[in-house]
Amino acid sequence: MKPIMGQGEFVTTRLDSLINWSRKYSLFQYPFVTACCGMEYMASNASHYDQSRFGAEIPRFSPRQADVLWVVGTINHKIAPVLLRVYEQMAHPKWVISFGACASSGGFYQNYSVVQGIDRLIPVDVYIAGCPPRPEAVLDGIVALQNLIAERGPTGTSGKNPRQTKEVLTLSRQ
Amino acid sequence: METKQAENTTQPQEIPKLTALVLEKFPGRVTARHTCLGDETITIPREGMLEVFAFLRDDKHCRFNLMVDLTAVDYLGLRETRFELVVHLKSLALGHRLRVKIPVPAEDPSVDSLINLWGAVDWYERECFDMYGLIFKNHPNLKRLILYDSFVGHPLRKDYPIHLQQPRVTLRPVRERYDYMCRVMKDPSETEQPPL
Repeated sequence: MKPIMGQGEFVTTRLDSLINWSRKYSLFQYPFVTACCGMEYMASNASHYDQSRFGAEIPRFSPRQADVLWVVGTINHKIAPVLLRVYEQMAHPKWVISFGACASSGGFYQNYSVVQGIDRLIPVDVYIAGCPPRPEAVLDGIVALQNLIAERGPTGTSGKNPRQTKEVLTLSRQ
Repeated sequence: METKQAENTTQPQEIPKLTALVLEKFPGRVTARHTCLGDETITIPREGMLEVFAFLRDDKHCRFNLMVDLTAVDYLGLRETRFELVVHLKSLALGHRLRVKIPVPAEDPSVDSLINLWGAVDWYERECFDMYGLIFKNHPNLKRLILYDSFVGHPLRKDYPIHLQQPRVTLRPVRERYDYMCRVMKDPSETEQPPL
């Protein structure tokens, strides 16, 4: 948002930018936690790293109330239909963060049971690398998602950058 | 490794206590045995295995009241009898342990269920059936424990294809990364497989 200040009484901006600005700072999350990455998710959500600084604070355990689906941990073929249903139950606009190596690519599991990356099931917006990712990488991922939201049209489906899988690889800073 | 094994294994002539008890009660029934670090292992045939297990549970010198573990091994291409059922027993009263192995042929992979001796074997036997396809006769509820019902085959068998997956939902195509992975892995068998 690039506001042009009036005499302290009004702000001018584009409607798209305003809507996206409000969206990117109020991300309600649905944590789909299936494995050990969950501990790191909790750590990054707790006060030490304080995810709420970025407006992504409150987990909603109902897909109807959530904006961001966090897929945290290994997804195997047994639970894949559940993940798909949760994603379909979320209301637009919705985003997906793939948290950690297993969710992003299957991790070190290449066997009969594990889905080789959740992008085989649902479109993913941000991949966070790591096994598990450091909280700094998680925060980096949130910022990457915010930038992605800001780029897109207000519905999340139109605009300059249409909704599509866009890989944003985040790395923990040394 | 072999020398270490020899050190830890007692000499063949001295028969350890539990093995001797079984041998005394069921002469000729123990087809193989060894001892490692004070724990005894016996191999018995699956015919009449329930008698042996009932003896192990009820005899006053054995009193194996706890079934610790039940699993199987697939010796495909290594042994004449393909499967082996492995049961670990412990006596809480007397403090000793015993490992019992039962060879199971591939053409008829069925064994008697131990459900009437130790109720705890219920889920162990179901898991064993799930992963190895061993049929436990007289088990009251022998269905898959972990995998979904639409799964075909038994994944821990050595002849299950190592990368074969059985998805329950239609997977989205992610061809680019699949090609990339094939290039990286440089595995010719991989490139022939269709993407999962």
